[in-house]
Amino acid sequence: MISYLVRRILIMIPTLLVISVIIFTIIQLPPGDYLSTMVAELQARGESIDQGRLHFLRETYGLDQSPVERYGHWIAGLAHGDFGWSFEYGMPVRDVVGDRLLLTVIVSGATVLFIWLVSFPIAIYSATHPYSWGDYTLTLIGFLGLATPSFLFALVLLYLANVLFGLPIGGLMAPAYQDAPWSWGKVLSILSHLWLPVIVIGSSGTAGMIRRLRANLMDELNKQYVVTARAKGLSPTRLLIKYPLRLALNPFIADIGAILPQIISGAAVVSIVLSLPTEGPMLLDALRSQDMYLAGSFLMFMAVLTVVGVFLSDIALALLDPRIRLGGGVRR
Amino acid sequence: MIPSPETLPHTVSTEPFDPDLKPVMTAAQERWYRASPGRIFWWRLCRHRLAVISAGVLALFYVSILISEFLAPYGSDSRNVHALYAPPQAVHLWHEGQWVGPFVYGYEYHLNMGTLRRVYHPDTTLIEPIRFLCHGDSYRFWGLVDSDWHLVCPAPDGTLFLLGTDRLGRDMLSRIIYGTRISLTVGLIGITISFVLGITIGGAAGYYGGWVDSLSQRLIEILRCFPEIPLWMALSAALPVRWSPILIYFGITLILGLLDWTGLARAVRSKLLALREEDFCLAAQLMGASPRRIVVRHLLPNFASHLIASATLSVPHMILGETALSFLGLGLRPPITSWGVLLNQAQNINVVALYPWLLLPVIPVILTVLAFNFLGDGLRDAADPNR
Repeated sequence: MISYLVRRILIMIPTLLVISVIIFTIIQLPPGDYLSTMVAELQARGESIDQGRLHFLRETYGLDQSPVERYGHWIAGLAHGDFGWSFEYGMPVRDVVGDRLLLTVIVSGATVLFIWLVSFPIAIYSATHPYSWGDYTLTLIGFLGLATPSFLFALVLLYLANVLFGLPIGGLMAPAYQDAPWSWGKVLSILSHLWLPVIVIGSSGTAGMIRRLRANLMDELNKQYVVTARAKGLSPTRLLIKYPLRLALNPFIADIGAILPQIISGAAVVSIVLSLPTEGPMLLDALRSQDMYLAGSFLMFMAVLTVVGVFLSDIALALLDPRIRLGGGVRR
Repeated sequence: MIPSPETLPHTVSTEPFDPDLKPVMTAAQERWYRASPGRIFWWRLCRHRLAVISAGVLALFYVSILISEFLAPYGSDSRNVHALYAPPQAVHLWHEGQWVGPFVYGYEYHLNMGTLRRVYHPDTTLIEPIRFLCHGDSYRFWGLVDSDWHLVCPAPDGTLFLLGTDRLGRDMLSRIIYGTRISLTVGLIGITISFVLGITIGGAAGYYGGWVDSLSQRLIEILRCFPEIPLWMALSAALPVRWSPILIYFGITLILGLLDWTGLARAVRSKLLALREEDFCLAAQLMGASPRRIVVRHLLPNFASHLIASATLSVPHMILGETALSFLGLGLRPPITSWGVLLNQAQNINVVALYPWLLLPVIPVILTVLAFNFLGDGLRDAADPNR
């Protein structure tokens, strides 16, 4: 187990390095930089900017260095928690981001839980009653969740929640707690706001999860040992829980790795629509105004979140399945 | 087809066993056993009713993009300043118990001074019969031929807004029909790009193995770690603002295709790893065929139906991606009309409350995505020899 862990961590480091190179290249792609955009804007308004000041800014932000040098600074900063400077806000990225990262983790984690809680019973029902009306209806609902663009689903659900239950619109907590320090009231407020984004983000992943679990369980149920157990008089529930379900659980854990990027990417769009205080809306703003370090650290953080999530799911899988921790290598 | 074992009665024959007996087959069985793999694939697909219906729906959509200009009652940018945010008009057949034929009631509208909203009501004295195959807004068909023929037009001096109008008084139905052209082709071009990339990279990895294989596997693992939409957002934000709408369109399709090939490459690789050990592959190598020819001519056709199925399943992914990007304002931009661009107007909750018909472009999106999914499932089941 230890050697598996070490190997897995050693793979993670080059992965993250390559990801950081890709992200840095992407945020460098747009022609010009924040300063040139700013100068163009000022000129459009008929104002002029002092060349000396411009030069000073360029130097302090390191915009006059070569891309390789800037990447070196950026990655060295990342390594000890300095995410660079946000031009838009005029503060270090770390201060701008605040607890958005934590809230993103909370929303994503809650969504994974939601997908599990919903797809588990539904998939068991569908697999034990295949081709029944219930199975077809649940499959259809799952497909609808897959096909509806999440942002629109979010809008409509928000509207319905407001009209039917009089719930406040948008946000992840009551406005009073927006900038307040963490407290029990804030946690409760977040919990009461969390269900809507979680349902919306989870709706697209649930369908796929149900279908995979259903297929796996149905394969297991068709095997000889199930027939034997049934012939020996084991009750259907006990039989289901004792053997096939355990085997079908494996992909359930392994799938987190596959759905986590999907969840985080869905969360970005949904949080823009619902104006959640997570990364999504700020990433969009940062991309639009070419606030490159802010955008870069958001992208990097999302990637790290995914890589770590996949890592955790691999470890859980290794704990569950001896074939993986002994055989070496990760098989999905 | 072949009868399943459960339906056969259990019998034990008392006849003496004749070793020279030839099995007698019915005509249907004969046909089944002699059919080519392609034909069996087709039969299996036809048995999947949902997939056939979906294929029909998609075919209709794709045919409609050939004649969008003719199908749409209005031009994509024709405005009616007297009908801003007008609600959909219902089609009626009878007026006060009398047969009139298909017609709509004209709008009667006033400005609510309290809320400053335009309030529209159907005016039951204004009967505006719908005309068919008629002259309406002029357009340039495919940018080549000038014409003004439409399938349906409003009555002269009347209006025909079956799905309402937007902020500028443009007909939603016409704009959805025009948007189909862009939204449906984005997926196709994107899938072509990802197909080429996936087959090339997966093919090289599977055929050569060794370091090519491990390099491409690492690359795929890394790309799979990326959350897709944020990466798409960053890439499309990097498209220069000065580009013409057509260039932006191709840029977006390229971006959509650039990340999607990983699944396909993995499938191609794992199949090739098994197939390259087969004797016919060795024979081709001995006869001096180039690697490219062996992969494309001899190996790929073995699982072409699988590839088509998985390609079909990833088209909706791209359509949804384009919709999300355009919705956020990072994807396609007006004057290009796509479903995502249309949904861009429905960005806030006021729209849902006041002008819900602006959400209607989501219906073709859902239909297309569902149809592609069902068709892909049908193709996959038909391609699976174990069923």
